[in-house]
This record gives sequence, structure tokens and C-alpha cells, in this order.
Amino acid sequence: MKRVEDPRLIQGLATYVDDLVLPGLLQAALLRSPYAHARINSIKTDAARAVAGVVAVLVGADVNKACGAVPCAALMPDQKAPVHTVLASDRVYFVGHPVAVVVAIDRYAARDALELIEVDYEPLPVVSDPEKALEKDSPLTHPALGTNLAFTWTLANGNVDAAFAQADRVVRQRMVHQRLIPMAIEPRGCVASWHNGEQSLTLWTSTQIPHLVRTLLPGMIGVPENKIRIVAPEVGGGFGSKLNLYAEEALCSHLAMRLGAPVKWIESRRENAAATIHGRDQIGEYEVAVKRDGTVLAIKARSIADIGAYNQLLTPAIPTLTGSMLSGCYKLKAVRMDLMGVYTNKMATDAYRGAGRPEATYTIERLMDLIAGELKLDRVKIRQKNFPKPSEFPFNTATGLTYDSGNYQGALKKAQELSGWDKLLKQQAAARKSGRLFGVGLSTYVEICALGPSKMMAAGGWEWGCVRMEMSGKVTVITGATPHGQGQETSFAQIAADKLGVPIEDIVVMRGDTAVAHYGRDTYGSRATVIGGTALLMCMDKIIAKARRFAAHLLGTKEKNIEFKEGRFVVRGNGKKSVDWKTLSAESYVAKNLPPNFEPGLEASSFFEPPNCTYPFGTHIVAVELDGETGEVEIVKYVGVDDCGPQINPLLVEGQLQGGIAHSLGQALFERAVYDENGQLLTGEFMDYAMPRAKDVPEYILSNTVTPSPSNPMGIKGCGEAGTIGATPAIANAVLDALGPLGVRHLDLPFTPEKLWRAIHRKNG
Amino acid sequence: MIPAAFSYIRANTVDEAVAALAQHEDAKVLAGGHSLIPALKLRLAQPRTLIDISRLSDLNYIHERNGRVMIGAMTTHYQIESSAFLHERCPLLPQLAAQIGDVQVRNRGTIGGSLVHADPAADWPAAILALEADLELAGPGGRRIVKASDFFVEMMQSAVQPNEVLCEIRVPVTGPTVAYAKFAQKASGFAIAGVAAVVEPKGKWVRVGITGVASKAYRATAVENALRGEELTEAAITAAAEHASDEIETLNDIHASAEFRAHLAIVNTRRALLAAAAE
Repeated sequence: MKRVEDPRLIQGLATYVDDLVLPGLLQAALLRSPYAHARINSIKTDAARAVAGVVAVLVGADVNKACGAVPCAALMPDQKAPVHTVLASDRVYFVGHPVAVVVAIDRYAARDALELIEVDYEPLPVVSDPEKALEKDSPLTHPALGTNLAFTWTLANGNVDAAFAQADRVVRQRMVHQRLIPMAIEPRGCVASWHNGEQSLTLWTSTQIPHLVRTLLPGMIGVPENKIRIVAPEVGGGFGSKLNLYAEEALCSHLAMRLGAPVKWIESRRENAAATIHGRDQIGEYEVAVKRDGTVLAIKARSIADIGAYNQLLTPAIPTLTGSMLSGCYKLKAVRMDLMGVYTNKMATDAYRGAGRPEATYTIERLMDLIAGELKLDRVKIRQKNFPKPSEFPFNTATGLTYDSGNYQGALKKAQELSGWDKLLKQQAAARKSGRLFGVGLSTYVEICALGPSKMMAAGGWEWGCVRMEMSGKVTVITGATPHGQGQETSFAQIAADKLGVPIEDIVVMRGDTAVAHYGRDTYGSRATVIGGTALLMCMDKIIAKARRFAAHLLGTKEKNIEFKEGRFVVRGNGKKSVDWKTLSAESYVAKNLPPNFEPGLEASSFFEPPNCTYPFGTHIVAVELDGETGEVEIVKYVGVDDCGPQINPLLVEGQLQGGIAHSLGQALFERAVYDENGQLLTGEFMDYAMPRAKDVPEYILSNTVTPSPSNPMGIKGCGEAGTIGATPAIANAVLDALGPLGVRHLDLPFTPEKLWRAIHRKNG
Repeated sequence: MIPAAFSYIRANTVDEAVAALAQHEDAKVLAGGHSLIPALKLRLAQPRTLIDISRLSDLNYIHERNGRVMIGAMTTHYQIESSAFLHERCPLLPQLAAQIGDVQVRNRGTIGGSLVHADPAADWPAAILALEADLELAGPGGRRIVKASDFFVEMMQSAVQPNEVLCEIRVPVTGPTVAYAKFAQKASGFAIAGVAAVVEPKGKWVRVGITGVASKAYRATAVENALRGEELTEAAITAAAEHASDEIETLNDIHASAEFRAHLAIVNTRRALLAAAAE
């Protein structure tokens, strides 16, 4: 089944935020700090105000009180946190920090005026390196906090000391999970419109989370929740970077209220790179206790997470997800992670595709290869040895989670078969004989999806949906999840078509507008289909039950005699007596012949509260060949076997995997955010930040196994991040396998040509 | 990404363009726009006047005259890449053109615009040097010819004066013994080390142009001297290629250190020469 949303997206008929035009629309532009840390001695705005077409030039002192502070929903107990005002007050704390806003009748005037604002900055010492930030004599990111240490967090499960005491060997490795820039192809942007008569606000914004924005925005601008409508129109990529409430959204709302005119702000690419959240950026010292036979006993991690200058919505929580998933697919006895969150004069980190889980999978999968290497054991066998058996699920992990279902052996076996594992190893042996650098790598991963039960979420982890049979017999499906390209307009229509027995063409799926989808917890963490889809099933169960009663009434029989099949309510044993949705719908709204005490209409809404997260898993196998002279990596073979439970739409699953693996490829080979020691972002545009292109993506061989989840009626698990989580370590392991004969034990990502060239020729960088 | 205000003139002939340049101070010529438009959007360039020559059909041609190949400056990368005539008469140019940027860039960007911009990592300079091209400029005093070796003055500065327009690129007819070997910067697609090699069919001499490595493209004369009169064996080429960045101050940035660039210059010089000699 092809995606129903694609024709409008491909033909340029979709409406993104920047396509919106309202009468009297004003344009906002932000002046951003060129310094990572500086005192603002003065700001002169007279010349900017004098530019023709400029309506307002405002600085922090003008707006910060009215706009409140950008919220973080995940602050640690006792965490020291700076107040995150929408514009800088007396200091700037990162390059890209907004300092002033110009509102004008068009973007040209706004941009011209920005050039004329004079800011007297007094540069201050910059904190750029999170490890140095913890040294005694380090300058401070926020001098007012008195420390760069934002928080410490410890995960301790099982008896780690006892496990290490039993170990035959301890394998150690330091790993750096480099900072990445999400770089959604559509940058952020919003349009705010204040309705003075109603005293209400509409905010169109390029976001993954319109409902959470509606929940949080009142705390900033003081407009009550029920007078705020948030619309996420078409969104051109999020990957976690739009899972946030940003300063600009509150600022534009305030400006619209203050100026009595709608205000648009569209982020430029450079602003997007510098001032939209970044991902990853952890440094860990890892130790694993192992027995001589390859049994893995326990892991200890001492990690630093680079927070950046501010806590965005979920910032401190992201590296804790790394701890939760650190035991991977394996039966460990104990896990300990000591995490320090550190402030630096850089953009905040937060959720980026996989959000803390890719770091965990990368760590454990690198460690498994290192253990195999040190113990001279087969890397496949050592993984198999430590897997729980399928019969051991639900499986309680050493990190305190309960994996719902799994058959890790099955996915591994299938991936080995598909890749021709033994043949690949022979190919490698032959290549090595002739002096070529050929590597084969694998990763067996498990991830956490369908976030999540409300007990683990700050503001509820349920999802809401509504299904309405229209009077005409057409079906309107409304979801509180906010798909933005993932394809649920298609898969939710499929679910409804199957359940209701109506043609898929008769179904419309609506989302992303809080005036239409009244409640929702939106899209992130591969949750929309699992939780949102289940909420829709619940709605349809209610509608079918009501329709059955109504059908019995219309057909003059008892409810128990009615059978529902293929879109018709049929009198059991008398196939000729039946009624279809069209008649039922029309009659239910015309409402002249209803059973006693029967409400008109056929509509139901439901909340689904998931009992657990889901835990998809799989095995990825990669073969690579390196050019020893240039350090370039060629992916010779790519095999992914993923298990996300039953698939509603295999095409969508494959699309998610392909995109996720491409993200991984970028992380493994090209991508890194580079800040210099002055906190200047050196990779602030596409000229310098290397994203994978179509020609970099290998031909994928993708397949799946099916292990249903007991956590929801469809047994589905989610697949939005599987590719990003499973692929990075597989590629890394393959490249390091190629370098194995040269005595290279480990390198940190990304494997840029120069880094590999230096490793191959033992040159220091 | 919003340019500053500028006035706009469309030139219909080369003479009109030259006249407009003479009339307007602080004017820039707009060709395919692939360097200038981004610079305008980032306000790195803020000319008062843009003189648009993108529709000058009298500068868009590829033909042969008196045994030389003549290419109009407004010929796009894609027109060169796809020219059957050039594949036959000067195959280095289409081979190189196919490695520029991506399809969109090649479809719109022009050889003349790229050369005048004189980006030290652009691809064309390597071939222009290796082919010993002549470049014809039009200015208020009429036309003049600049040799390739005099064309690239400094980083981002060519011999084209602010009141001049590049009109034509003239290169010799060559056989198939040519090659372009490129190591691209992953993000931008520009060359970190792009090496164009032209080998005399009987192997009496070679010419090597290198881009991306230094602040301007250069001829690898040490390599050429080492191979003059030598038989082009793999060993001789490999030994000569070692001199690819002799006496060159190599660039150093986050994408490649000076040491790695110098190394890639050697690797690609060897690869380009071997490929050219193998034809």
C-alpha cells in the first residue's frame, strides 16, 4: 500500500509553515550572538528602528518578563539550572543565543535592520570542552551557578562489585559519542496570530508536539490552555529536533499579542545549525566484567553528557536513556552508570533520532566485539551465549527494565543467512591475503519504543484518538499522535479499513491541530502507531458495539443475533437481512428511528494507556572495504533484519529503516558538530556539515522476523529509530574489523578518511 | 538568508555587460549564480548592482576553430559533461565536469562563472592549467587573452578585472590520454585534492594541474619535470607523483590537515597519471 500523503508532498502541494500567508502578516528576524560567552554592555537599536518598514525592535529587557522561561520537563532533583529567557538578558551563553528581535513588514526590512543593531559585547572566557569544564580552574559557563556540573545521576542495579570480583577479565574502553546536528531539511518556523476579540491565540509551528506545546505554552505567555490552538502543518523533518518548546515560539506568540498583528518567523539554515538542539555528545569510560568463556557479568560506566548552555525540554533525561539500555540484548547481572551532566557554552543537546539509546547500543556492541577480541572468542557465539532465550521473556534486565518479547537468536540467524556470513568471512580472508582492508561487522540490538507508560513520562504517556462515522458513511479518523512524514495517514487508514470493513478511500486521517485532535501526546520515541493506533482500535470497538445495537433495532432482532463482518451487520443465519455502515450512519444522525435511550451519531474517542514500552530488536550485518591510501570506506554489503512485531504496512517500515540507516551512516562516517575552543561552530552549514547523500547509501538487503509484543492488541512494536540504533555499531564494527590486522583496537566516530588514513599508517593526528 | 538591496541590470550582449560594468561602481556579474547567490544571501557579498549575463546566448557554445576547442564562458557544466563533441576532442573537460557538485549545480553553474570566482577548491582550474588554456576577456579597451598560468592570482581572485567579463575558454584538441582524479570534501563536494593530468600520447611529456590543495590551483612542475622524456611506467609515475606538492603551502582546515592534503595530492597525481597513460 503506497503512502496516501505522498502525492501532495511530491507535487509541492503540501502546506508548510512558511507557505502560510495571513492579512497584515509581519516578519520577525532574530539577532544572534556571535560570541559563545560575553557580557552585553549595551544594545543600540535606534538605527534599526529607523529602517523603513520596521515595526518594532525589542531586546531581552522588553520581552523576557512577558515570555517567561523556556521549560525543561526533565530537570534532575537538585539540578542547578539557569533561567532560560527567550532573549539574552545581560549575557550571551552560546553562539546563536538570540539577543534582539526585529519585526518588520517584510523579511528584507527585518534583515536590513538586524545589521544596524549595535551590541557592545565584552567577550568572557568560554567553556567548550565538557571534560575540561570539570577541572578545578575551568572558567564557568554560567558564573552565577558557581559550577559547570549540572547534575549527577546514578543507575545502580545488581551487585556490580561482586560481579567484577568474579570476573576473569575486565575489558575497558573509552568512547566518545560525537555531537550531531539533526539538520531537518525544513528548518524551524512559526506563525502566531492573536485574536483580540476572543483573547485567543493560534500558533502554527513546525513541531512534532503541538499538544505538548499547548500544554506548556501557557506557563510562558500566560494565555490559558483553552484559548490556545496549536497547528503543526506539514513538517519537513524533525528527528527529535522539533520535540521541544523553543524560545522563538513563545516570543512570536508574545509579539503577535503585543503588536496586534500576525507574526511569522522562519529559521535560516545557519540559525538551524546553531540554535536548534543538537544530539548525542557523551563521553564514557566503560568497563565490562567477563568470564573466560565469554559470559558477560556486569558493566560500569562513568559518563559525561554535554548539556550545552541550557536545558531544553528533555535535555537531562536523554543520557539517562543510555544507562537504561546499556545492557543491550544481554543477560547481565549488574549495571552501574555514573553520569555527570555538564554545562558548556554551546547549543543545548536533546533528543535526536534514538535519543540516548544509540549511545547505549553503540557502547555495548563495541564492547562485545572488544571482549571477543580480547578473549579470542567468536563474536557471534559470544553474543548468542549472553542472549536471553525466547522463553525467558518478559525479561527483566540488569538496568531495571522489562523487555516485552524477543527472539534475538532468530533475527541473528536470519541476518547471517541473508548476508552469507560464512561466505563473507571467506571473502574477507581472501581479501586480507592480497593486502586489502576488508571488514565484516555486526550488531545485535534491542531498543525501547512506544514511549511510554505514563508513570515514566512527565506529562502522560497515553495517546488519544477519535473515530467518527460521518452521515454519508465516510470515516474520519483523528489521532492525537502527530505524524509528520512517518506515514500514519496511510497506516491508520489501513487499521480503520481493516477493522470497520470500509474502503480505504472513504477514510481521512486528521492530525496535528489541537482544534481538531483535542488531546494527544504527539510523535516521538516510535510511539505513534503502537499507542495512537491502539487508541483508534479502542474507538472502533466502541463504535462497532454501538452500531451492533442500532443494527439489531433496525433489523428487528436481538443484539446477540447480529454478526459484524466485512462492513455489514448481518442477522446470523439470514445473510439477506443486513445493514451497512452507510445506512447506519445516515440513520444515526437523522435520528428519527433510534432505540430507546440511544444517543444519535456514531462517534467515539478513547485514551490508550500502554502497560509497558515495547522492545523491538534485530541484527545488522555490514561488510566494508577501505581504501588504504585515502581512508575512504565503501559499504560492500548491508543486511538488516529487524523485528518490530507484525507490520501494518511493510513499505512504511522499510522506509523508516532506510532513513534510519542513512542517519547511522552519517553518524558513523561523516557527521560531527565541531566547536572550536572559542565556542565557534565550525560546521554551521551544509558546506561544512557532511550529511549522507543518495549516492552514499548502499543497496540495503532488509528483512524481518515477527515477534509480537504482549503490550498492545496488535502486537506491534514501532520502527522509527531501529535503523539509527542498529546500524551505527554494525558499521563501526565492520570498519574496525577491517583495521584489526593492523592492531587498531578502537577509534571514535565518525570514521572520516583522514582519521582512518592516520590509523592505517599509524600517524598521529 | 536574505540579501541586501541591489539594483539589477540584464545584459543582452557582451558589449552591454562591459558598458554596464563601466557605468556602475561596485557591480558584480551574475552568471550561473552558484557562488554569488549564496554569498549574497549570507550578505558576504553586498554589491550595489548585479549585471545578469545568464541569458547571454553569444557566450554559450562549444566548437572547434583552427584546431582549437572554443568554449563560451556561459556554457554550463552539464553542457560540457554531456557534449559528444568534447568527449571526442577534449575528453578531460567532460570527465571533470561530471565530478562537479551535483546534478542541480551542474545544470545551472557555468565554467566561466566558476573560473572567475577562483575558488581554490573548484574543479575547473586543474584542467585549465593542465590543458594550458587561453582565456579571452572583454573589457572597456576591447578583448585580451590571459594564459591559464596567469589567470589564478590569489585565493578567490582571478586575473579578470572588475570592469571585465570572461568570454571564452580555448583549449587544445587532445587524445584520450587525460584524466581527472578527485578527492571531494564530503559536505560541499569541492575538491580537497583534484588532479588533472594530460599525457602526451607517446609519453614524451605530461602536464599536471592540481586544485584544492593550496590557496590557488597550480601546475605540479616538479612532477612534470621528473617525467619529461621518461617512459611512463608505473614505477616512474609513482616516484614522480611524490613531488605533487613540492614547495607548495598546503591548506589546512577541519576537513583535511595540510599533511593529509599533501598526501592526497600525491595519491591523486599518481592515479590521474596512471589512468591517463593507460588510455
